[in-house]
Amino acid sequence: MYNMLRISHLNFSVDSDGQDKEIIRDLSLEIPDGKLYVITGPNGGGKSTLAKLIAGIERPVSGQIFFKDQDITEMSVTDRARLGIGFAFQQPVRFKGIRVKDLIRLAAGRDIGVTEACAYLSQVGLCAMEYIDREVNSSLSGGELKRIEIATVLARRSMLTVFDEPEAGIDLWSFQNLIEVFQKQRREISDRSILIISHQERILNIADEIIVLRDGELVGQGTKEEILPGLIGSSSAVPACKGVEI
Amino acid sequence: MKLNDTERDLLKEIADLTELPTGAYNIRSNSRAVGRQSSANIDIIPKEGVSGIDIFIKPGTIGETVHIPVVMTESGLKEKVYNDFFIGEGADVEIVAGCGINNCGAHDSQHDGIHRFYVGRNARVRYAEKHYGSGDGSGKRLLNPVTEVYMDEDSYAEMEMVQIKGVDDTTRTTVAELKEGAKLVVRERLMTHDEQKADSIYSVSLNGDGSSADIVSRGVARDNSYQKLDLKIIGNAVCKGHTECDSIIMDNGRILAVPALEANSVEASLVHEAAIGKIAGEQLTKLMTLGLTAAEAEEQIINGFLR
Repeated sequence: MYNMLRISHLNFSVDSDGQDKEIIRDLSLEIPDGKLYVITGPNGGGKSTLAKLIAGIERPVSGQIFFKDQDITEMSVTDRARLGIGFAFQQPVRFKGIRVKDLIRLAAGRDIGVTEACAYLSQVGLCAMEYIDREVNSSLSGGELKRIEIATVLARRSMLTVFDEPEAGIDLWSFQNLIEVFQKQRREISDRSILIISHQERILNIADEIIVLRDGELVGQGTKEEILPGLIGSSSAVPACKGVEI
Repeated sequence: MKLNDTERDLLKEIADLTELPTGAYNIRSNSRAVGRQSSANIDIIPKEGVSGIDIFIKPGTIGETVHIPVVMTESGLKEKVYNDFFIGEGADVEIVAGCGINNCGAHDSQHDGIHRFYVGRNARVRYAEKHYGSGDGSGKRLLNPVTEVYMDEDSYAEMEMVQIKGVDDTTRTTVAELKEGAKLVVRERLMTHDEQKADSIYSVSLNGDGSSADIVSRGVARDNSYQKLDLKIIGNAVCKGHTECDSIIMDNGRILAVPALEANSVEASLVHEAAIGKIAGEQLTKLMTLGLTAAEAEEQIINGFLR
């Protein structure tokens, strides 16, 4: 099977009070084409850092990252995006003056019509006509912003899309919608791949494979049947909402 | 009306005009009126003794527009022009002004437009003013607009004042006095680059009970340019005032923001906000993850900010 992403002996550390603090340690993994992978693990385990290393926002101390067998370790964020790597921020960025439709058009990389832009918003459960002309500024709530972030990433139609904790800041009602978004993506995935950083059991449930990251190291990988039993009840997986069926 | 290509380009830039506007207009090029038209409800009359025009808008005039763009293409021209707007009671109109200077010569070109607005009771006016400079001559392009707004009871004025590009030196002065129930909204956009200098000074007096003002100035100072934003609201009654200076600095740009509030009534409620900073790194990163280069991302962020 063709490998969408291959990470080889990756190391990343930051300076902490004059000392090197290792965040990612000798990490190697592969994400094949056409699969939905979820990376989970305790807070501070290096998950978000790994997502940023893949997108090029952070640079590794050593090791290599291959995208479709091409070494992209030294490649800029822009070049990786153009090559086909999409990234949904855990904490989306606000812009004064840039409207939702501007952002979706920039993401699509072409001057798409309002109808198409609206379709991406509808997918994430936003009433498109209410949002399309709004500025991506502080007038939007955290949940609205997060859904717009996901809509922009959908509009990019990247070969590999990395979602960094897509559930963060999303309310219970929208969470169901989010699961549907990923399920739809999952059905239409064909030769694309999705990598989701998440703690949510229901997101783990739709994964082809789950990767567990702890203290910057890969400590487990396998199907949900193999991985979930060991996670449930640990801090690595939390139910969507205890005792409430949605 | 005969205009050359440069004049046409300037008109397009400052007033979005590619042909003669409908409604009343006065088009001034190189210190001469090259086109003027009054309408049934709007009279444009040249002043005597000084350059400029009086614009009389009849009470109750609804939905009409007045265009008064100015273009200058002769290097070395200097002029001071007085335009007075008398907006009748209950009128609801739109006024489009603006000045474009193309200076390809070695001498400085300067247009100082003094605009006075007398906004009648219950009248509403939307005013758009765009300033723009072009041309590669060594002569400077100078613009010193003065805007005075006198607002009667329950009137409303919305002013969009934009300096897009190419103005070497400017002092922009805006003075407003508001009576009971009047409301003033100002949206200023300022972009300076190269060695340019821009001063923008506001003094808004809220004199009547129930009056309010919302003044927002957004600026971008690039290269070695300098901006001074001096926004003052004076509350003399039961009133609400808000000023905001929001600026991006780039390269070696410098900005001085001096927001000022003066409350002379215990019932005055006044707020100012000021923020200056470079483009946030995370904004650039986000747009780069969408495939834009750093330079393209920067341009999008600035265009949005100044939109």
